[in-house]
Amino acid sequence: MQTSRSRPSIRKSIGASLDFKSDLGPYPHRLNFYDTPPQDDVTVEDFETFAIDRLRVLAEIESSLIRNRTPEELRLVTLAQCKKYLPLSANTASGIDRFAERRKDHISHFVLRLAFCRSEELRRRLVKAETTLFKIRYADDDTRERQEFLDSIKLNWEKVDDEEMKDAHIKAGLQAQADYLKRQDYLTDTFYKTPWTQVPELVERRRVFLWNGWAYVPSREQSTLVFQEFQTRLEHTLEMTAKALPRLDEDDRLMPVLEHLSRGFLAGVPSEYVGPEDDFGETITADMIDDLALKHFPLCMRNLHDRLRKDRHLKHFGRLQYTLFLKALGVSVEEAVVFWRKAYGGTMTDDKFNKEYKYNIRHSYGLEGKRANYPAKSCQTILTSNQPGPTESHGCPFRHFSPDNLQLTLSATFGIPAAEQTEIMAAVKGQHYHIACTRVFELTHAKYGVKKGEGLGTANGATETVSHPNRYAARSRELEKEKLEKTKAKPAVEVKLDGEDVVMA
Amino acid sequence: MEMPKFEYDPSSPEVMMQFYRRLFPYRPFFHWLNHDHTPSKLFTHREFALTLTGDIYLRYNSFATVEDFAREIKRLNPSRFEVGAIYNARPRDKRTLRAGALQPQMRELVFDIDMTDYDSIRTCCSGKGICKRCWSFIAAAVTVLDSALRNQFGYRHLLWVYSGRRGIHCWVSDKAALALTDEQRKAIVGYLEVIKGGAEMVKKVNVRMGTGFGAGPLPPSLKYAKQALGGYFTETILEDQKCFDSEEGTEMLLSLIPDKAIAGKLRKLWSANPGRPSIKKFGDLNAEIGLLGETSQAAKALRSAQEDIILQFLYPRLDAEVSKHRNHLLKSPFCVHPATGRVCVPVDPEKVDEFDPETVPTLGGLLYELNLSEQPKAEDGGDPLRGDWERTSLKPYVEMLQKHAQELIRETREEKQSEFTRAFGGSPRILTAQTREIQEGRTG
Repeated sequence: MQTSRSRPSIRKSIGASLDFKSDLGPYPHRLNFYDTPPQDDVTVEDFETFAIDRLRVLAEIESSLIRNRTPEELRLVTLAQCKKYLPLSANTASGIDRFAERRKDHISHFVLRLAFCRSEELRRRLVKAETTLFKIRYADDDTRERQEFLDSIKLNWEKVDDEEMKDAHIKAGLQAQADYLKRQDYLTDTFYKTPWTQVPELVERRRVFLWNGWAYVPSREQSTLVFQEFQTRLEHTLEMTAKALPRLDEDDRLMPVLEHLSRGFLAGVPSEYVGPEDDFGETITADMIDDLALKHFPLCMRNLHDRLRKDRHLKHFGRLQYTLFLKALGVSVEEAVVFWRKAYGGTMTDDKFNKEYKYNIRHSYGLEGKRANYPAKSCQTILTSNQPGPTESHGCPFRHFSPDNLQLTLSATFGIPAAEQTEIMAAVKGQHYHIACTRVFELTHAKYGVKKGEGLGTANGATETVSHPNRYAARSRELEKEKLEKTKAKPAVEVKLDGEDVVMA
Repeated sequence: MEMPKFEYDPSSPEVMMQFYRRLFPYRPFFHWLNHDHTPSKLFTHREFALTLTGDIYLRYNSFATVEDFAREIKRLNPSRFEVGAIYNARPRDKRTLRAGALQPQMRELVFDIDMTDYDSIRTCCSGKGICKRCWSFIAAAVTVLDSALRNQFGYRHLLWVYSGRRGIHCWVSDKAALALTDEQRKAIVGYLEVIKGGAEMVKKVNVRMGTGFGAGPLPPSLKYAKQALGGYFTETILEDQKCFDSEEGTEMLLSLIPDKAIAGKLRKLWSANPGRPSIKKFGDLNAEIGLLGETSQAAKALRSAQEDIILQFLYPRLDAEVSKHRNHLLKSPFCVHPATGRVCVPVDPEKVDEFDPETVPTLGGLLYELNLSEQPKAEDGGDPLRGDWERTSLKPYVEMLQKHAQELIRETREEKQSEFTRAFGGSPRILTAQTREIQEGRTG
């Protein structure tokens, strides 16, 4: 930390671009194969925040892959997310603390290794996301800097020498490969020889000539070799890390952070909801909640609401999850008490309610007991803590409902047709609950013009997926408000047109 | 070789017990899996799955030594057993390990070709039957696959094993092959697999860039395959199996000709001569192509279609799933097929054309040979592993396995020596991830 703080000032005082290179210390290149772990001191705070920032980028990549975004979309979204959370500038960039950027990239990578080495599943997902990130950065890199980087990493490639290129059999084979690929200029390229296992996907698609266990890779396919090498090394080191982790003499400071991070991957981006940016210019009263639930609540809260209406009761954790959600939604404590009192109706006496239930509501609002301001539960908390028991209704329906019930609920609650459910169920099966929920959001907000893949909207090129029930509800209300304002703002003639649009939609 | 089979029913446990007591070649079998004289992880961490009488299936067995293995096989007397992967721990300890902790690390690269996949084209037998004639399909497949694995992938240690009824297995034991990941196995299968599409798919070979008149040439690997299959096509498909003699066969051939005008012309010609033999029909097609002029685009497209027909009929039809995953189990060599009583013996790929599945030693025959022989039982000599196979017609097959295993052992020894030189004054070498893994697997 000390080093990183002192660096910018040194650079400012020198100011000449000539010194930039030597100034970058262990990070001469923008790209990194992460072969050596960070050696300097890292504060616990950096340890966590760096990792969370990287996680935001990786989570975006993962959700893009699941949502079948095109490579170009994936690239743009990832670069935007990188710019925001994990910028990494080229050597030619000026006025930027490139050392700090690269250090953050380096440290965050290694923290995530620690966090995600612990199960086969997590390792696989990290490798996939990291390799994709590397590919995107590689493609985005300056050609000359990329070549310098390639020269710097020691790869087990052998240039096919002229002698061998003249060998009749090899020549004929490469010619046949050129014919097959219908590429006239194929043979003019420089070829590299590598064990075929280094380029399995090129082999699988018959894109390279294969002889005696060697793949003859033209330099234009060189990137495949680099990506494979990156992936192989990461897979290998992750396994090594997994083996070493139990021997890590560390418990209270880092382990909880690592634990937290790996859970974050399950629920998408970890986020603390800080309240709506807009209070929608109205106070929510108890009797508005029915209408709001119908229009804006995510399935988990909708489910709690419906259960409460049906059973006139909710179990403890259900009440807690719902009360905190309502609190964050903007329901005042007075209104909350009214809401719950009405909800229980005749099932209990005023006396019982005041004694046993009102206290809990006020407690949730930080008005009783230790007076803590409890935040509303994020998707991550809902997904991973206090798993619902057999008669409880809290939790995340995408995770805690059986597939059949989930499908029934999706049809009954939102009227989502079976054809649209396939994708949702596939996301659920892959444990990508936030993706499933986001898809539901898209479908139920199509009337506001939300299209597939747009999620909760775009911020800096990255699509936001559901990570917090209150964020879901707030975005839903925002969309409604925008729509209303549009309609209001337009002169009478155009309202008609707008109306037609709605019919068409 | 006519054996009184009724006396020895291979499905009877008593008869199988005789086989395991007196005939199974334990030591060569151990050397083949272990690549060494002293037990290594390749053997001790290896999964064996045993099928016992009454369809009891025991997975995750593993054995510390070959003696241990032989004792258990003789005790449990399985009707057959399968060889699986080498794991990161002893498979028999599975239950004491954390769930999911037992992971396959290495495994021979295996291939399975089964005659049933050829049912739509062979005319001599169907279903479970197999004869010397339809073995030609297998022979053609072995020739192509063996050369692809050796020449293109650079593997040296291939063991071909008759599966006991109507197929053949290939076990590749090179160190590099053992270390292949599932992803790499999938790649190798993707590279080799050509015949695709179900029963409803007429044209099953689609490997070129572009289709129809725009179709480009074959990739190099399939060019080699096609060259190797040319002779088989005339002999097996046209002359022996006469695949295009029947009305059905004729239709199939016509449907694979992309030029509709020529197909129509040939259809007319052939329906006028219903008895026209396959070889003549294929000749007719050749003649039509000749008329187009060899350099014309149409002729090129038809030549390509002809090549695809050859591949569709004779290119190895792989059971892809067997090869893709390290943890897949495959029936061990030298098991007895319970229905045919035939021993799963190694096949020399150089002489695969001469191989006749009907003359493979059967369990009944072998026990009969033993009874005729007047020499004392080897078991009495004290070495329980020696066996009596030397006095039976199983001998040449066991010797094949022995020779194969010896080559593996020699390679291990050479590797150890070069490691030694490296460690004491040899020049350092950059290890690939693969060799690193193998070394760790063996020494660590």
